[in-house]
Amino acid sequence: MDRRTFFKSSLAGGAALAVGAASCPAQARGTNTLPPEALGLLFDSTLCVGCKACVAACKEVNGMPVENFTKDAYWDTPLDLSGKTLNVIKVYRDGDMAAKDREENGFAFIKKSCMHCVDPSCVSACPVSAMRKDAKTGIVTYDKDACIGCRYCVAACPFGVPRFTYDSATPQISKCQLCVHRHKDGKYAACAEVCPTGATLYGTVADIRKEIARRRALKPGEQTSFPRGKLGGKDQSYPGVAAKYIDHVYGETEFGGTQMMMLSGVSFQKLGYSNLPPNSDAASSETLQHTLYGGLIAPIVVLGALTFIAKRNVKPDNEEGGNHG
Amino acid sequence: MADYAHAPRPLGGSLVTPVTLLLGVLAAIAGVILLYRFIYGLGAVTNLSDGYPWGIWIAYDVVVGSALACGGYSMALLVYIFNKGEYHPLVRPALLASLFGYTLAGASVIFDLGRWWNVWHIFWPGYAQVNSVMFEVAVCISIYILVMWIEFSPAFLEKFGMRNAQRKLGKVLFFFIALGVLLPSMHQSSLGSLLVIFGQQIHPLWRSGWLLPVLYLTTAILLGFAVVVFEATLSSIGFRRPLETKVLAPLSKIMYGLLVVYLVIRVLDLVFRGALGAAFTASWEAFWFWVEMACFVAPLALMSSARARNSAAKLFIAALLLMLGGFMLRINGFLVGYMTGEGWHYFPSLPELMVTIGLIAFEILAYIVIVKKFPVLPAVQPATR
Ligand code: SF4
Ligand code: SF4
Repeated sequence: MDRRTFFKSSLAGGAALAVGAASCPAQARGTNTLPPEALGLLFDSTLCVGCKACVAACKEVNGMPVENFTKDAYWDTPLDLSGKTLNVIKVYRDGDMAAKDREENGFAFIKKSCMHCVDPSCVSACPVSAMRKDAKTGIVTYDKDACIGCRYCVAACPFGVPRFTYDSATPQISKCQLCVHRHKDGKYAACAEVCPTGATLYGTVADIRKEIARRRALKPGEQTSFPRGKLGGKDQSYPGVAAKYIDHVYGETEFGGTQMMMLSGVSFQKLGYSNLPPNSDAASSETLQHTLYGGLIAPIVVLGALTFIAKRNVKPDNEEGGNHG
Repeated sequence: MADYAHAPRPLGGSLVTPVTLLLGVLAAIAGVILLYRFIYGLGAVTNLSDGYPWGIWIAYDVVVGSALACGGYSMALLVYIFNKGEYHPLVRPALLASLFGYTLAGASVIFDLGRWWNVWHIFWPGYAQVNSVMFEVAVCISIYILVMWIEFSPAFLEKFGMRNAQRKLGKVLFFFIALGVLLPSMHQSSLGSLLVIFGQQIHPLWRSGWLLPVLYLTTAILLGFAVVVFEATLSSIGFRRPLETKVLAPLSKIMYGLLVVYLVIRVLDLVFRGALGAAFTASWEAFWFWVEMACFVAPLALMSSARARNSAAKLFIAALLLMLGGFMLRINGFLVGYMTGEGWHYFPSLPELMVTIGLIAFEILAYIVIVKKFPVLPAVQPATR
């Protein structure tokens, strides 16, 4: 073949790719927004006393096994989320730990469980719809009967929430589902139900936002009252003193927002929650995919061009005794 | 186009040699470990954790493995799309290696899937989740494996004397060849896109966003060519055939150009994202970044002059380095640069390594068997049989 033919076919090839790239309308997908009747949790670190009643209750209602990390295995002592633990309370400590909710020489408690992201990475990553976000409540659920156990969700979640039971021949993902299985009995998330101080509250995200605004408007030290259990449910409130919060509501903007939101007296980074951008990775990933493959337009156009070129360049078989070129 | 006369011929010869025996043993060991894994779970044989949910069975067996199996794709692109007929003798051996590389990469996914019995869900409407990058990768790779078996079937049809079927297939083969160029372009780029959703969990040196697919695709094509050079040289030595430097030298010129393009994109991306500074810190990530870069830059020097390109040894080393570079880019992205918080560590366990090694052994073994029994490698005159 001479140079000119090569040049021409190169051009054709390049043109095919360019046409393919240009023909697909950029289908940018913005970060998703909150569903209409979104449900969630409010965790107020300043109210948490570290009793871990929520950890025990979570295990019980979800039928999760205990985990022992102490020498004499007396009780359930999970150190982190795991295949056996969906919710855990961790402690931040610094120096002599003289005061609660203080960064220096202080300590604070923090809850770790699924954030029920407004635009969750796990749902976008899962190839088989085992992770789903309810269109109404926004609760992110997991269906083990759909799951193939690829662990893309484990790798993708920015909060390290989904865990996997590697030690089983029939493993599955473990992750908080906001006790959806109890909703039909009129019950709600067990962690919020048992929390003695109302540090963990259950409710609609709208109510949670209102409660957050109320607490942030209080002057530190001011007398007030704190609800317990479920916002908008049975009144179980008790009198208390307003805490001093840092100027950051975790979950308000992070990653397009989360349905579990948190208040604290100590910076969230110290508590193990990293700073995240306001746009979700799911949006970036899906925008990229839709731009390249939206409606399969680009692949089909490129395939057409490639077929055209290949038809010209591939010579019929019998010419060269079985050589397909 | 004198090369067209070099119609492929089976090599013949005994299948039982010390090399094939060793390969067989390695493959068998992997088989035993896998049996254990299916009975006792992934945790029983791997060092996987929730901090490193993916290990070498994904990062190497699938991501690197399929990229190293791009020889068939790269050669098809060159010969059938860019119409460079002079490389034709390299197509069939490259396609064979790709066929095995991909088939094994695809099959090895099963070993890594915790709930493997559900794997069909990926292809099932109602389960399939089309926004997932992994969905695209899985579907695309599966179709490509099928397409490659079709593309390669003339060699089998010829062997079994099914001339008629061979002729019929020959008439539509161009369509499968076109598909065989489209599909790898899609999933090889998507293997890079897999990292996009990890966001900040990827070290800045590999957090290239929408350029990830571009970087992964260019290196996949490069790797494809490198593997062709590598395999052509090795099979020349292994099967005592003349070196194919005459075809390989001009090929390396194309590789050179592509490599320059890749490096320009890679470096500009780092500069514009302001990530280059991270390369000059005292960290493991920076160290492995430089290893990766060295593997890409050194071949540039090795292939710079026409004389160097005509040296089989230099070309071979350049190809080897490129393969290593592509390997590092992927291992760096999926493992070294994957940061999911304090306290997590991963290094593959011995059984994990043995499975990967066994897979590679199996692949080489299958390649040897096929080229000895089927018409794949171009005949040398007079034919050595
Ligand atoms: S915190 Fe993780 S597991 Fe929970 S919804 Fe968000 S991405 Fe999914
Ligand atoms: S492990 Fe299961 S739930 Fe998670 S991404 Fe894979 S298939 Fe989906």
